[in-house]
Amino acid sequence: MLDISDLHVSVDGTEKLHDINLHIGHGETHILMGPNGSGKSTLLKAIMGFGGYTITSGSIVFKGQDITGMPIHERAHLGIGMMFQHPPAISGLKLGKLLAATSHLGADAIEALAQTVNMEGFLSRDTNVGFSGGEIKRSEVLQLKVQQPDFIMLDEPESGVDLENMSLMGKEIAGLLEKDVHIVNRRRSGLIITHTGYILDYLEADQGHVLIDGQIRCHGNPREILRVVKEKGYGECVRCKQM
Amino acid sequence: MSDIDQLSQEDRERLALTGLEVGMQNRCGSFFQIDQNVIQTTCGAEGIEMIPIKAALEKYDWVKDYYWNAVSRDKDKYTQYLAKQESPQGLVVIAHEGVKVEMPLQACLFLREEPVQHVHNIFIAREGSEINIISGCASSWQKEHGAHIGVTEIYVGKGAKVTSTMIHNWNPGISVFPRSATIIEEDGTFLSNYVCMQPVNRIDMYPTARLVGKNAVARFSSIVVATPGSTLDLGSRAILGAEHTSAELITRAITTGGTIISRGHILGEKDNTRGHIECKGLILKDGIVHAIPEIEGTLTGTELSHEAAVGKIARHEIEYLMARGLSEEEATATIIRGFLDVKISGLPAVLQAQIDAAIDKAESGF
Repeated sequence: MLDISDLHVSVDGTEKLHDINLHIGHGETHILMGPNGSGKSTLLKAIMGFGGYTITSGSIVFKGQDITGMPIHERAHLGIGMMFQHPPAISGLKLGKLLAATSHLGADAIEALAQTVNMEGFLSRDTNVGFSGGEIKRSEVLQLKVQQPDFIMLDEPESGVDLENMSLMGKEIAGLLEKDVHIVNRRRSGLIITHTGYILDYLEADQGHVLIDGQIRCHGNPREILRVVKEKGYGECVRCKQM
Repeated sequence: MSDIDQLSQEDRERLALTGLEVGMQNRCGSFFQIDQNVIQTTCGAEGIEMIPIKAALEKYDWVKDYYWNAVSRDKDKYTQYLAKQESPQGLVVIAHEGVKVEMPLQACLFLREEPVQHVHNIFIAREGSEINIISGCASSWQKEHGAHIGVTEIYVGKGAKVTSTMIHNWNPGISVFPRSATIIEEDGTFLSNYVCMQPVNRIDMYPTARLVGKNAVARFSSIVVATPGSTLDLGSRAILGAEHTSAELITRAITTGGTIISRGHILGEKDNTRGHIECKGLILKDGIVHAIPEIEGTLTGTELSHEAAVGKIARHEIEYLMARGLSEEEATATIIRGFLDVKISGLPAVLQAQIDAAIDKAESGF
């Protein structure tokens, strides 16, 4: 579904990602770990196509199409979606209006989806304005449920979420990634940034990657990577690349 | 209605954008003045009178007590000009005691041929009454130059409520000088909404509300767009002159190349008073948004605040919406629409719809 080859990304003239290679197949969920400032969010934003993230070389291919220079909204139309860690608050734009503008769903269908994440009371509120950490995450999940992307990038879905909300979030994200569909028929893919690995309590991931200083240093079983990082820190991954 | 029937299609459309309902659907009364000619005064609501000012001064002896009372004749050269006129034109609305009508009255002032249109309006809401007035002011599509000078005196009686919504639709060569003042008595509420989103040469106004009775409330909301060549010098002022009064002045200002000076002044001079000024400006193309909020308190029992922000649309907001599938243009328009979306509590749906229509119309030009 997603093929990233030899990707180099600069921000404000400084190279932040070096020679990234990543292949995510249909139905696969990958986990991306790494210390703060290692470039995890930069990678997601470069895949989404945000301004300020300049691809100096390499390519991003999605569903067989080179999207390296494609505008953000066309990537969204192709089926890429993103859950933001810190989405902007947009005053005056009602969440319900935003959902209606980004889908063909009617008001009833949107209301029904909102109920699944306890957000029905927020449809008439300004998007993300005064939302708590958990409410922002639920708002993001709701937007993705309306958008129905085939490939979903999640930037730290656990951050700022209490335990009760975490359970809801975990189940909803598993649903978005079609974890309930048999692996043979599952089409949706995901790339999840996580610091804690809590999300793995709710869904299985197929592969894990560790990003350090803008380079992917390790690939492997996500639970194993998580265990190594928990026990020995990211230093172990630096060494594993050097070997 | 014959003069209205003679209006060209273009002019009818311009007037419709200021809220004029020629067919009077959703209106309980109507006043229509073209240049200096009053061509329609009709009111179907019981307990509400709409009378041309000359006739009103003749009909009721006491109307003269309200004439040049809230606004001083000597305020400036525009009021002096108006005071000199032998034949004042304009509208007097009287809502008699306890009469409440939600359906708006419309007052339409149309500048077609004369170089100057002058108007003197008086709105009197007696004790316990409630009225909504929508004033649409426009100039003919063919009118290249001209001026509109208007005095409006509004008297909100004890426990009364007046919602005054003014929508302007002028031409690039027209200059406009409204001079308005409102006196609000005990438990009275005054809501003023102003919308101007079409090109104009100059608008200069600074309406004042004097809250003279306990628990009086005033709220001014303005939504304005300055296109290249337009200068909008706008303000609103509230004088908290009685205990437990409060005022809120809210402005959303967008420039696409013109100049907006957004003034505001709240004077807290009695105990237990509250006031807040909020001005948000958006610069879409190089132009000027100059916010000058003033809050002035004279004793410990007043609480006044202001917030002002001027800037461009944040790039990350546009990209956030693009990540949801909106094109850059759609995302920009959506954010601007949100910026202008000032829901005014207590505003009847029909008036809100009128404001929304003016925004929709202007949005196509962003």
